[in-house]
Amino acid sequence: MRHLLGCADLSATDAIAILDLAEEMQQVQSRPVKKLPALRGRTIVNIFFEDSTRTRTSFEIAGKWLSADTINVSAKGSSVSKGESLRDTMLTLDAMGVDCFVIRHPSSGAAAQVASWVRAQVVNAGDGQHEHPTQALLDAYTMRKHFRSLGNDGFAGKKIAIVGDLLHSRVVRSNVLLQNLLGGEVVLVAPPTLLPTGVENWGCQVTSDFDSVLPEADIVMMLRVQRERMAGGYFPTEREYTAGYGLTEERLRALKPGAGICHPGPMNRGVEISSAAADAANSLVLEQVASGVAIRMSVLYHLLGSDEGAMR
Amino acid sequence: MSLLITGARLADGTVTDLYLNDGVLADPASAPVGVERFDADGLLAIPGLVDLHTHLRQPGREDAETVDSGTDAAARGGFTCVHAMANTSPVTDTAEAAEYVHALGEREGHCQVQVVGAVTKGLAGEELAELGMMADSKAKVRVFSDDGKCVSDSLLMRRALTYVKAFDGMVAQHSQDPRLAGPTACCHESEWSGRLGLPGWPSQAESVIVARDVELAALTDSRVHVCHVSTAESVEIIRWAKKRGVKVTAEATPHHLLLDTPLVASYDTTFKVNPPLRTSEHLEAVREALADGTIDIVGTDHAPHARQDKDHPFDIALPGMLGLEQALAVVIEVMINTGRMDWPTLVQRMSSTPARLGQVPGQGRPLAIGEPANLVLVDPTARASVDAAASKSRSRNNPYHGRDLPDPVVATYWRGRLTYSR
Repeated sequence: MRHLLGCADLSATDAIAILDLAEEMQQVQSRPVKKLPALRGRTIVNIFFEDSTRTRTSFEIAGKWLSADTINVSAKGSSVSKGESLRDTMLTLDAMGVDCFVIRHPSSGAAAQVASWVRAQVVNAGDGQHEHPTQALLDAYTMRKHFRSLGNDGFAGKKIAIVGDLLHSRVVRSNVLLQNLLGGEVVLVAPPTLLPTGVENWGCQVTSDFDSVLPEADIVMMLRVQRERMAGGYFPTEREYTAGYGLTEERLRALKPGAGICHPGPMNRGVEISSAAADAANSLVLEQVASGVAIRMSVLYHLLGSDEGAMR
Repeated sequence: MSLLITGARLADGTVTDLYLNDGVLADPASAPVGVERFDADGLLAIPGLVDLHTHLRQPGREDAETVDSGTDAAARGGFTCVHAMANTSPVTDTAEAAEYVHALGEREGHCQVQVVGAVTKGLAGEELAELGMMADSKAKVRVFSDDGKCVSDSLLMRRALTYVKAFDGMVAQHSQDPRLAGPTACCHESEWSGRLGLPGWPSQAESVIVARDVELAALTDSRVHVCHVSTAESVEIIRWAKKRGVKVTAEATPHHLLLDTPLVASYDTTFKVNPPLRTSEHLEAVREALADGTIDIVGTDHAPHARQDKDHPFDIALPGMLGLEQALAVVIEVMINTGRMDWPTLVQRMSSTPARLGQVPGQGRPLAIGEPANLVLVDPTARASVDAAASKSRSRNNPYHGRDLPDPVVATYWRGRLTYSR
């Protein structure tokens, strides 16, 4: 594989290879000297057309720990407003001899378009409402670690509830595709207004009754709900949203023992997740962040590190 | 110019000679000995095609298309008349603007250019444009459209329909409820939009406007034309309205007959168009409606765009695709080669009916002695792979690039003059 554009392009073998290598990478994180020479002399440009502190920093650290030269380009504000097309922006940077673009863009499909234009390899760090593959990979990595800590191996038979604004979420699309490869059972929970069209054919369970899911979920992943969705008429008030779909203290108590709580961040405490849940002993939120660096090291190594410069 | 075309087969199957003299069809028996001859053995001769829905982009975006290049593409596609949509810059919303485009057509056109006037000032959907003055101008505007935008205000639409009755005008509606399908909507709302994460454009955003407009046409006893019908729901509403005697007509684009939603999965912005490419059940409904006459005509919605307006993310790139050069090819492929339609019906859908709706004298006429010499010679069996780079258009957003399609147009004659020859 030349690019990582989405979980739709991954095979189960690819996915497990990335997770396994991330375990080795995570050991580097605990060393006093965190550098590996693997990508010395390679140039990675993190180009972010949309703000993101955690994903950008995570990719930057991952690249640096692999000894790549990483450069951050903030390209917020559409290229349209600058009078330059996305294609011209990317071809310009490509002409400088970049080896890999890590791209975040508010438009669905932007990473795939860029991959079709440039010579460099491309990692999708989130495109619009489409995919965010490294997030799904780090989620899976975190979950697998959590399951193992409870004495289980693998995803088979595990119920993963994903709750929130599924319509506008790239995280959910990538997670469903990835879990379909890894064997986890995904349950999607959202008000009907925030369900994507055709979700019934995604090969997972769909419900608007959060409470019915709580006792059986092994993982509850809460997605951020943006305040502007209220103005869009997707739900009446924040209060009503929280009442129906928030991981409140009451719902926290209804979870089965050992159920892990995930959130890709940034969290709206008090809206989709209570502080009690965010800071609970079984919250995996910071674990996800730590896994993020390891997963991105693994992805960059898979794409850029081997002699062929390709995963297969 | 005089030319004797020999042995051409007409749409009804009769074989005849056609004598083009001084811009009209004269009696072949009157052709002088030694007149230039064209052997049309094996070819079909049909009246020149008429497009009711063309974006020529002049004035304003001459880098994307001009009257010269757009009508050159039209001639290549077998058209002898196109209707230039009003969404230029400035908008064609005054008599002066209409006369400007009309004069450009007379001076530079490779086919007749009829001007479409805006329904509302600046296409803003708020106040009526000077419809009557455009009608009375040298451009003799009869078709009014805010195409690209929907006249969504019900009262304003009612007024427009009522007002144009004074000069027997017709309002051509771009049916898109701006709330159900807002400015970012770019993918047929379906499993595809869900998977691709593209803002959905539900088929009902079209059909609710079609339903409202046929009711307003009934209320005002005026003529409404539905541009680029793309959904099965709209087809059903139009069928029902026609049965009730409502004065509604409709058009289908070549791309909504052939191209479907999965093409956008690559996020190739060439396939971004408004209304969006629909799924196969909608395509099938549109084809059936074009065959049975529920949809009256083919309109190309030829929409050239410069490369820099397409090289953007899918939700931001401008919508629209070329259509003039491959329109006949697509209709042959989808309607004739499948047995859905015969040639006389094709001539109605692509020539005589659009000419009647646009009230264009001298176009869409039968190939008979005394009629204007507007005609196309067609090789119905020729095929070729479409090459976007070979287009007569200034733009390259050709959705058929690389596709094997009929390549039917051998020669086009407008007012007796050869405007395209293979």
